[in-house]
Amino acid sequence: MKVTIDNLSKKFGDVVGVENLTLHIEDGEFVAFLGPSGCGKTTTLLTLAGIYKPTDGVIRFGERIVNTVQPKDRNIGMVFQSYALYPHMTVFQNIAYPLKLKKVSKADQHDRVRQVANVMGIGELLDRRPGQLSGGQQQRVALGRALVKEPDVLLFDEPLSNLDARLRLTMRGEIKHLQKDLGITSIYVTHDQVEAMTMADRIAVMSGGHLQAFDSPDELYDRPKTQFVAGFVGNPPMNFVDVSVQASNGRFFAETESLRLEVQKARGAPPASHDGPVVMGIRPEDIQIASNGLVSGEIFVVEPLGREDLIDVRVGRHSFLLLADTENRHQAGERVSLAFDMEQVQFFDPETEKSLLWQ
Amino acid sequence: MSEQAKTSDSSVPRGILGSNALKSYLGAYGFMAPAGILVIVFFLIPVAIVLYLSVTNLASSNFTSDLAKMEFVGLKNYQTLLNDQFARKIFFNTIFYVLVTLSIFNVSLALIVSLLTTHIDRNAGFVFRALWILPRITSPVVYILIWKRMTAEAPFGIINQFNEAFGQPTYNYLATNPWVFVVVVNGFIGVSFGMIIFTSAIESIPKDLLNASLVDGSSKLQRIRYVIMPLIRWPLLFVVTYQTLSLLTSFVEIQLLTDGGPGLYRTEVWSLTAYHRALSNYFGNAQWGYGSAFAVLLVMIGVVLAVIYMRVFRFDELIAEPRVEAL
Repeated sequence: MKVTIDNLSKKFGDVVGVENLTLHIEDGEFVAFLGPSGCGKTTTLLTLAGIYKPTDGVIRFGERIVNTVQPKDRNIGMVFQSYALYPHMTVFQNIAYPLKLKKVSKADQHDRVRQVANVMGIGELLDRRPGQLSGGQQQRVALGRALVKEPDVLLFDEPLSNLDARLRLTMRGEIKHLQKDLGITSIYVTHDQVEAMTMADRIAVMSGGHLQAFDSPDELYDRPKTQFVAGFVGNPPMNFVDVSVQASNGRFFAETESLRLEVQKARGAPPASHDGPVVMGIRPEDIQIASNGLVSGEIFVVEPLGREDLIDVRVGRHSFLLLADTENRHQAGERVSLAFDMEQVQFFDPETEKSLLWQ
Repeated sequence: MSEQAKTSDSSVPRGILGSNALKSYLGAYGFMAPAGILVIVFFLIPVAIVLYLSVTNLASSNFTSDLAKMEFVGLKNYQTLLNDQFARKIFFNTIFYVLVTLSIFNVSLALIVSLLTTHIDRNAGFVFRALWILPRITSPVVYILIWKRMTAEAPFGIINQFNEAFGQPTYNYLATNPWVFVVVVNGFIGVSFGMIIFTSAIESIPKDLLNASLVDGSSKLQRIRYVIMPLIRWPLLFVVTYQTLSLLTSFVEIQLLTDGGPGLYRTEVWSLTAYHRALSNYFGNAQWGYGSAFAVLLVMIGVVLAVIYMRVFRFDELIAEPRVEAL
């Protein structure tokens, strides 16, 4: 089922939940709404579910306009962060609830609940109550309940946020696999960019009620169109420095009082033609500690991540996050020289926060 | 856990352990003391006094300043009570009054009001609930005066003025339909208690659960039936229990409205009889001992009902595991 959102706005009195959102989601696509708390992603999801009525704009499921259609007539399944299982019903009754409301016969209910429960690996738990289940089991029940009525659209509201880190990893894989298997159009709200990057076909990055970008994970990562997207997508986050880019003899240099880095023409020309200073963005993995590095700085803090160390290096009044091999055993206070991979560098207009490279 | 600590730490002398145990008990009793003292002073001691009075013949007719002179009469008062030709009528009056008021107003209407006011705009809901609280926070005397003005005979009563304006016959409502007004007047007060409890219970159901039900395909009515009602089962049972007991003992409004009339005991209820006999006899003869017998029976009925409710509704289980929160 295609989901088309055109100029959607949802306001609560004077408070803007989401404004002028346009998104076209393809049939069978897995789309993540990514953004910090209060960015409007959950508002959008609940509007799609029919819990909220849009203030303005049009939502279509397929060709049907669903703006005023009741949630029960939308044939959607939804998974909540809190699981939202009915505590007074058993697992079986929870999963069967959507079928019971559809007046499916008792025998059919039984078959379909069993089938879904087996797919979700909770066939043994049907007689239990939600209070007797672990978080992961509860989440499987919630997923089963969303799937049992064979919805046209699946909505996820931060479904993994309440799970512990390991379980989150497992469930992430399972949900992605299941979604591809069933081919149900899915919309997945999260503030965790790793979840969005790993699971989604396309990511809608939102901030302050506005859509910042809607693109594939790779595209968002390599060619961020705004500084917000660049800073939000990627972990650890991109480093930002105020620089001025100068052209001299056909070569381009990004400069501050303590830095002077050469930029190749394709990336250097647009910021050089911009009036005044610009924001340079460079990802931690594009900075290396190297003996032949051109920039020298002092290690401020080392955070071991196991596989690698996250190191905060101070260069003049700038601070750069970078990743280094744990074998080198860097220590705080150590003086190091840094090599910047300037082929991946990004530039943004400090006023509009828009990229100077990709429009 | 504490068992383990005791056995593993054998070097601690017994004496110290003993005094520790005593100390911990003292702490527990200390915390129970405020409630315990209240129960003793305001329930157990009065019950004991009333129980004692009920086996004496203490009355204003034989009252002297020397209390030691009051006579022990055994169960005579209870015998008189059972032979009282009106006791039976009053007993069934009480059951009728409690059952009808409880079921129509204190529970059903309270539930309807809280369901309606939680399904409309929050502020509007608040206004409606505030209106429903007015009867309870109005002083009973003022509240009953309002009703008396409304139900008074033509040409004074407000309802009768409407009747006249629309060319309808007028009635002396409190004489013709006393029970309707006894129930309505008490019911309007009773609604607010359940309403407050039910509203807070409904509003404490997690939003996600309510949304989940709609997404799962329920209408709002189905959501009330399958999700909201089961989740407010405990407050519902609590209100039934509490309001039964409080209706059993309430009489102020009836006393002010009809004083048990019209005629002989038409709307007299048990607690009002206890009051009438003991403190406000028609003939100025306050029969403290006999009235106490009525009061004692009421306390016994109340305690028995409370125990039955707690058993039938399994209150201990409900308190041990608050269903709404146990997600």
